[in-house]
Amino acid sequence: MSTFLSSNAELIITLVKIALLLFIVLTVNAYLTWFERKVVAHMQSRWGPHRVGPHGLLQPLADGVKFLFKEDPTPAGVDKFVFYLAPLLALALAMTSIAIIPFGPDPIHVFGHDVYLGIAPPDLNIGILALFAITALGVYGIALAGWSSNSKYPLLGGLRSSAQMISYELALTMSVVGVLLMAGSFNLRDIINAQAHHPELGILGWNVWPQILGFICFFTAAIAETNRAPFDLPEAESELVAGFHTEYASFKFAMFFIAEYTSMITVSCLCSIMFFGGWLSPFPASWTFTHYVPSAILIAFGLWVIWDGIRYETIFGRIILPAAGTAITALGVVFILYPDINTFIQAPFWLVSKIFIFLFVYVWMRGTLPRFRYDQLMAFGWKLLLPVSIVNVVLTSFTILAKMQWGAK
Amino acid sequence: MTAPLAVFFVLAALAVIGAVNLILQKHPIHSALSLIVVMVALAGLYLLMGAEFVAAVQIIVYGGAIMVLFVLVIMLLNAGIEEHTSISKLAGVPGLLLVAALGGFIAATIARSTDVVQAAQQTGEMSSTKGISNMLFRDFVYPFELTSFLILVAIMGAVLLAQREKS
Amino acid sequence: MVPTNYYIILSAILFGLGVFAFVFKRNIITIFMSIELMLNAVNLAFVAFSRALGKLDGQVFVLFVIVVAAAEAAVGLGIIILIARNRQSLNVERVDLLKL
Repeated sequence: MSTFLSSNAELIITLVKIALLLFIVLTVNAYLTWFERKVVAHMQSRWGPHRVGPHGLLQPLADGVKFLFKEDPTPAGVDKFVFYLAPLLALALAMTSIAIIPFGPDPIHVFGHDVYLGIAPPDLNIGILALFAITALGVYGIALAGWSSNSKYPLLGGLRSSAQMISYELALTMSVVGVLLMAGSFNLRDIINAQAHHPELGILGWNVWPQILGFICFFTAAIAETNRAPFDLPEAESELVAGFHTEYASFKFAMFFIAEYTSMITVSCLCSIMFFGGWLSPFPASWTFTHYVPSAILIAFGLWVIWDGIRYETIFGRIILPAAGTAITALGVVFILYPDINTFIQAPFWLVSKIFIFLFVYVWMRGTLPRFRYDQLMAFGWKLLLPVSIVNVVLTSFTILAKMQWGAK
Repeated sequence: MTAPLAVFFVLAALAVIGAVNLILQKHPIHSALSLIVVMVALAGLYLLMGAEFVAAVQIIVYGGAIMVLFVLVIMLLNAGIEEHTSISKLAGVPGLLLVAALGGFIAATIARSTDVVQAAQQTGEMSSTKGISNMLFRDFVYPFELTSFLILVAIMGAVLLAQREKS
Repeated sequence: MVPTNYYIILSAILFGLGVFAFVFKRNIITIFMSIELMLNAVNLAFVAFSRALGKLDGQVFVLFVIVVAAAEAAVGLGIIILIARNRQSLNVERVDLLKL
């Protein structure tokens, strides 16, 4: 048994990583729906879910149970194979794209093997290109879903949505070229390390300042790629019933839902890695006291949860919330007490907090901005976003060339 | 059976099954899906051979653009199930014999050429992306610029062809 | 290590299947897809030989083949759309006369 484990150690480590990441991503998805409903509700001066569990925290659980037990009808006249394939394809592709994201620079040493944080090997030379390949395949889920539903509104929604995704894919890939020129590699770890050349700059050394055009283009194109507001005409309720997923009922609809939120998470990861320094701390490296910022944030948040939980209205909340708050505070204290764990946890903490900030911006845009009309949407993608991203590429290459010429003299 | 050989057989079987399915299916959308399976399997084979940039470009361009074009056209034209027309039986028998002879000849030639083209040892040079980009922008820069012109012509042609007549 | 022969045999099989589909299918779009299958088989042969010889020329040529296939697919599908509009049929046996 032990020889089997040691000879196939890489495989088993990868399988464990996959299972862990899958669990984490699905949980984050579920609570992202809660987060979105709460934030949009508070922006609209109402409460959102607050009955199912303290602060509505068990709402995703209730939704999951609903999705499992609702009736899942298949409409008449659909092409059965394609009808069942489309949500599977969407979900599988969205989940695969998470595998390429690196979550931390240093490996953990387990049983004599180096376990890197992130499923893809650290020397994957085509990191971001593989992500674009998976995004390019993601059009199929929606196009096939719309077509196979044998119904007018899904067909229109599916065609519109796939045309939108293809158009914005161009702007998406072009806007990243500036970052790739600066980093000189497709590997995501190299892109982060290229932003760490001047660690004393901290936040000023990130890619977003020289690549501000690229960042705006990338973020806008990514919102359009994931069919989120304000680009969600193909699936908006007031426009096309529900767009391409009209005929999909409980669990298949849940698969589309999860696929959409997972691609949101992937795009947030990409934005933070490529433009905002990934796992680099925003503070200059010489300020070593900032190593305690994660613990400080965790302790403050934990204490606030305890304080809020003590005064909560239901008894269940008054037990659960202080318990959760104590756990969070204890975690923060553990990070202070063990410096090894503290240095290890810095990188993933900053990456995860940046991801959450981007997810908040996503939800914020949904709550505030009105929807684009379809022709406005296509005109925006082709006539504005694509030329701007090409201009960004030209400017970046000229600047790099000028630096090479004048820097050598 | 080493691991690369096993992976090769799995991907090759996937590619051949996809190609056979393209022939056997009656609805063009199923044929298109089978062709996508073939392309992804071929991208896997390119990865197995170490041509990672070509694999990524294959999926992005072939799988994510060309095949999407096919699928959208099939949806827009509402292409239905193929009609059944009879193949001439007279041409069937000699045709099959000819195919078998040709296939046997090619297979024998390939199988006998083991000593000519060996399994390559890893040359261990720079990564394929860097090497390909060096070649594209230095040795092959003229064809590279010509392909951009070709794409421009194709875009103009496609737009012109698909326009509705102004009546 | 997978011998290069195996890749070439696979490429030949795929090319043969592409030819078979080209000859025997009736739908224009399926015939077009068989052309793409043949091009893919050729790409596989290119990359296999590029790896066997240790040079990257084969992979560069594969990129060019992919680009040309994309341009050809765009124009070809435009023509197919026009044919479908004019003849109201995608059966290749119905479009074999110049007269409508």
